[in-house]
Amino acid sequence: MGNHISLLLVVIPLIAAPIVAVLPRGRLPWLATLIITFICAVLASSQLWMVLNDGVISYELGGWAPPWGIEYRIDAVNALVALIVAAIAAITLPYALLSAEKEIPQQQIPLFYSAFLLCLTGLLGITQTGDLFNVFVFLEISSLSSYALISLGRNRQALTSAYQYLIMGTIGATFFLIGVGLIYSQTGTLNMQDLAKLLPELAHLKTVHTGFAFIMIGIALKLAMYPLHLWLPNAYTYAPSVVTVFLAATATKVAIYIMLRVLFTIFPNDFLLATPTYDIFILSGMAAIIIASIYAIYQSNIKKLLAYSSVAQIGYIALGIGFASSKGITAALVHLFNHALMKAALFMAVGAIIYRIGSCNMKNINGLGKQMPWTFGAIVIAGLSLIGIPGTAGFISKWYLVTAALEQQAWISVAVILFGSLLAVIYIGKLIEALYFKPVTDSNQSVQEAPLLLLVPLWVLVCANIYFGLDTSLTVGVAEKAADVLGVINTSSISGVMNK
Amino acid sequence: MNPEALILAIILLPLFGMFGIITSRNHPNIREAVTLITASLVAILVVSLAIQFMDGNDFAVTIAEPIPGLSIAFKVEALGMLFALVAGLLWLVTSIYSIGYMRGHKEKNQTRFYAAFALAISCTMAVAFSANLFTLFLFYELLTLSTYPLVTHAGTDEARRGGRTYLGILLGTSIGLFLLGILVTWFVAGTLDFQQGGILAGKLDPAWAGLLYALFLFGIGKAAIMPFHRWLPAAMVAPTPVSALLHAVAVVKVGVFTLLKVTIYIFGSDFILSNDITGGLIWVAAATILFASMIAMTKDNLKARLAYSTVSQLSYITLGAMLASKAGLMGASMHIAMHAFAKITLFFAAGAIFVATHKKLVSELDGLGRAMPITFTAFFIATLSIIGLPPLGGMWSKWYLGLGAVETGQLLLVAVLMLSSLLNIAYLLPIPIRAFFSKPASGSHYTEITEAPKTMLLAMIITSITCVILFFYPDPLYQLATLATGGS
Repeated sequence: MGNHISLLLVVIPLIAAPIVAVLPRGRLPWLATLIITFICAVLASSQLWMVLNDGVISYELGGWAPPWGIEYRIDAVNALVALIVAAIAAITLPYALLSAEKEIPQQQIPLFYSAFLLCLTGLLGITQTGDLFNVFVFLEISSLSSYALISLGRNRQALTSAYQYLIMGTIGATFFLIGVGLIYSQTGTLNMQDLAKLLPELAHLKTVHTGFAFIMIGIALKLAMYPLHLWLPNAYTYAPSVVTVFLAATATKVAIYIMLRVLFTIFPNDFLLATPTYDIFILSGMAAIIIASIYAIYQSNIKKLLAYSSVAQIGYIALGIGFASSKGITAALVHLFNHALMKAALFMAVGAIIYRIGSCNMKNINGLGKQMPWTFGAIVIAGLSLIGIPGTAGFISKWYLVTAALEQQAWISVAVILFGSLLAVIYIGKLIEALYFKPVTDSNQSVQEAPLLLLVPLWVLVCANIYFGLDTSLTVGVAEKAADVLGVINTSSISGVMNK
Repeated sequence: MNPEALILAIILLPLFGMFGIITSRNHPNIREAVTLITASLVAILVVSLAIQFMDGNDFAVTIAEPIPGLSIAFKVEALGMLFALVAGLLWLVTSIYSIGYMRGHKEKNQTRFYAAFALAISCTMAVAFSANLFTLFLFYELLTLSTYPLVTHAGTDEARRGGRTYLGILLGTSIGLFLLGILVTWFVAGTLDFQQGGILAGKLDPAWAGLLYALFLFGIGKAAIMPFHRWLPAAMVAPTPVSALLHAVAVVKVGVFTLLKVTIYIFGSDFILSNDITGGLIWVAAATILFASMIAMTKDNLKARLAYSTVSQLSYITLGAMLASKAGLMGASMHIAMHAFAKITLFFAAGAIFVATHKKLVSELDGLGRAMPITFTAFFIATLSIIGLPPLGGMWSKWYLGLGAVETGQLLLVAVLMLSSLLNIAYLLPIPIRAFFSKPASGSHYTEITEAPKTMLLAMIITSITCVILFFYPDPLYQLATLATGGS
C-alpha cells in the first residue's frame, strides 16, 4: 500500500471524476467528492510522513524502469506541495456545499464536482510526477478543468475571464511544451533526474538556453508572475467563490513548485548563474509586491482586491526564489504554505459575505461586521496574517524572507518587503473600515451570520493561521528539508547587480 | 503561588476578565464588578511579584518557540517590574475612574470599551515581562491593534480619522523600521534575548550601530519622537479614561520602555558610551522636548495640550536612555513612573471637567476652581510634579536626568532641560491658577456646576497623593531603577 500512495493520489480523483458527473442531482455528488478529497488528504499526509522518515520515494509506473518509463518521484518538496493541495481541497469541500448551491446553477452541480476532481487530479499529478512531459499532461488537465470551473461563475464576465485565462493558459502550456521539446531534442530524455545528470555537459548549447527560456515563460504565465499575471485578477474575481478559494490556494502554488523543480533540480546551478534568471526573479518580485499591492488598494470589488494581493504575494515567493539561497527557498516554500492558508481563509470569508448579500462590492458590505461577527473576525485575523503581524503565519514567512534578504545584504529587497506589508495594511484596513465603521445600509439590516457549514471550515483555516504562527516545526521544518533536497548552493554574490 | 505561574496569571487575568466582561454585557453592574475585581487581583499579584522579585528571585517562563532560537518567553527583570507595577496599579485606579466617567457621560458600547481595555492591559503586562525582543514586538503590535477600537470608540468621522492616523503611524513605523531593526539585530547577534550588558557589543561596527539605533528610535513609534508623534494627539478623540491610562501610561510608556530595554539590554550602555552611538540622535529627543512644549502652549483644547505635553515628557525618557550614563538611565526609568502618576492625574481632571461641564477648552476654564476645588487641586499638584518641583515625585526623575546630562558633559542638554521646565510652567500652571483666581467669562460665579461623580474624584485623589508620596518615599522605584541600570 505504502508504495502506491503516489499513484493512488492521482488515480483516485481521476476515476472518481466521471462517476461523480453521472451521479443523480442533489447532494450525492458533493458527498462523494467530499469523501474522495478526505481520502486524498489522508494519503498526502501519510506520504509526507513517509518521505520525512524514509527519504525519497521512487515509484515506477507500470514497472518500467526510469528513464524509459514514467517515474513518480516524491521528496520533501513535492510531498509538502501535494499535502497543501489535498488539505486545502478537503477543507474547501465542506464549505462548497452551500456556497456552490447558492452560486452555481442546480443542473451543473454534478459537473462542477466532476471538474473539481479533475482539477485536483491535475494538480496532484503535477506534484507527483518525475517526468517533464507528464507535468505538461497534468498541467493541461488541471488548466482545462479550471477554465470550466471559472466559467461557472454567476456573472457573464465569468465567461470572458475564463476565455482570457484559456488563451493565456494555453500560450503558457504551449511555451512549456516547446521548451520541453527543445530540451528533449538535445538530451533524449524527459525524466527529471536523468535530465539533471545530462544537462551540465550540454549547458553551453543554444538550444538548451532557448528551451529553458520557453519553459520559464510558460510556467511564469501559469503562476501569474508579474507582469504575466493579467489573467489572474479577473479569473479569481468572477469564478464561483469555492473555485476561487481552491484555485487561489493551490493552482499558482503548484506552478511555483514546477518552477522550483526546473530551476533547482533539473538545470545546473552554473547554467543559471550564467543567465539573468535570478535577477529577473528579484525584479519581477519587487515589481509585483509594490505595483500589485497598489492596484489592490484601488479595487472596489473585494475579490479583485484579494486577487491583486495574491499577485503581490506571489511576488514575495518570486523574491525568495531569486535569492537562490537555502534561506530564500525556505522562505519561498514557507510562504507558499502560509499564503495558501491566509488567502483561502480570506476568500472563504468573502464567499460567506456573498452567500448572505449576493455581492462583494465595497459599497454593499458597509457595516456588515456587526451583523456577521464571526466572518468579520476571520477577515481581521487572516488579514493580520496577510500583513505579517507577529503571532500569525504571515509573520513567519516575512521573517524568513527578510532574513534571507539580509543574508545577501539586499537592502532594496528588504525595504520593498517591508513596504509591501505597509501597503497590505492599507488595503486590509480599507476592508475592515468598510465592514466595521460605515453605517449599515438599509438593505443589509436583516443580514445574519453565515451558516455554520461555511463558518467551520473558515475558522479551521483561521486557527491554522495562528497555529502556524506559533509552531513552525511542520512548515519551516519541512521547508528547510525541501530546500536541502533542491540542493541550492548558497553563494552570497549570486544575484549580482540587483543586491549591491 | 510559584513565581512562574504568577507571571502568567498577571498576563492572563485581564484576558479572563475580558471574557467575563463580554459574557456579562447585559448586566452593567456585574460587568463593572468583573472589571474592578480583575483589576484588583492584577494589582495584588503585581505587588506580590514585586516583593518576591526584590527578595532576589529570578523567574522566567517560555511559552512557545516558533523559530529556532526565537521564543515567546517571559522573564522578570527590574525595569519590567517597575513598569508592570505602574501599569497594574494605575489600571485599578483608572477602572474606578472610568465607571464614573462612562456612566456620567452615558457612553455607548461600554462593553466593547471595557473588553478592549482589559485586552490592552494584558498586552502591556506581556510587554513588561518580555524576555526577548521578539516577544516584545509581538505584544507591542497586539497593543496597537487592541487599542484601535478604543481610539475610534465614538465612531464619528473625526474618530475614524484619528484611528487611521493612529494605526497608520504606529503600524507603519513598527513594520517599516522597528521590525527591520529587530531583523538586523537578529542577523548580527544571532539572538534577541535581553541580556545585561547588551548583545551587540563587539559584533557591530559603531557607525552601523548608530544607524541601527536610529531604526529603533524612530521605529518605536509609541515613544512619539518627532516627526512620528502625530498619532498621540490624534488618539485624543478617545474617551478620557483611554487617554488617561493608555495614552499617558500604558501605550506611550510601552514605547519608551521598549527603547530603554533596547538601550540597556540590546546595545548595552557601555557599548553606547564608549562609541558615542547616540551622540547625534540625542538632539532629536532634545528638539522634541522643546518643540512639543511650544506646540502645547498654542493648544487651547485641554486634552490636546496634555497630549503635546506627553510627547515632550516622553522625550525626557528617550533622552535619558540615549545619555546611556547611569544617572541618565536612572532618571529615565524613574520618569516612567513619575510622569505616569502626574499625567494620569491631569487627564483624570480633564475628564472630570468634561463630564461635569462639557468644557474642552482651556480658555473656558476661568473661575471653575471654586466650583470644582478637588479637581483643580489635583490638577495643580500634578502640574507641579510635571514641572519637577519639590515636594513632588517628578522632581527626582528630573534630578537624575539633569545629573546624567552633567555627568556626560552635555551642558547644552542641561540648558534644554531647564528651558523645558520653564515651558512646562508656562503651559500648565496658568490652567489651575486661572481656574482659581480669574472670573468666569460671564462675570458671575458658577453656581449650577458641581464636582464630577465620586468615583472619579476618588481616582484623582489617589493619584495626586501618590505624586506627593513618591517624593518622600521613592525608595522602591529607586531600587528597581538601580537594579535595571546594572547594580549599585
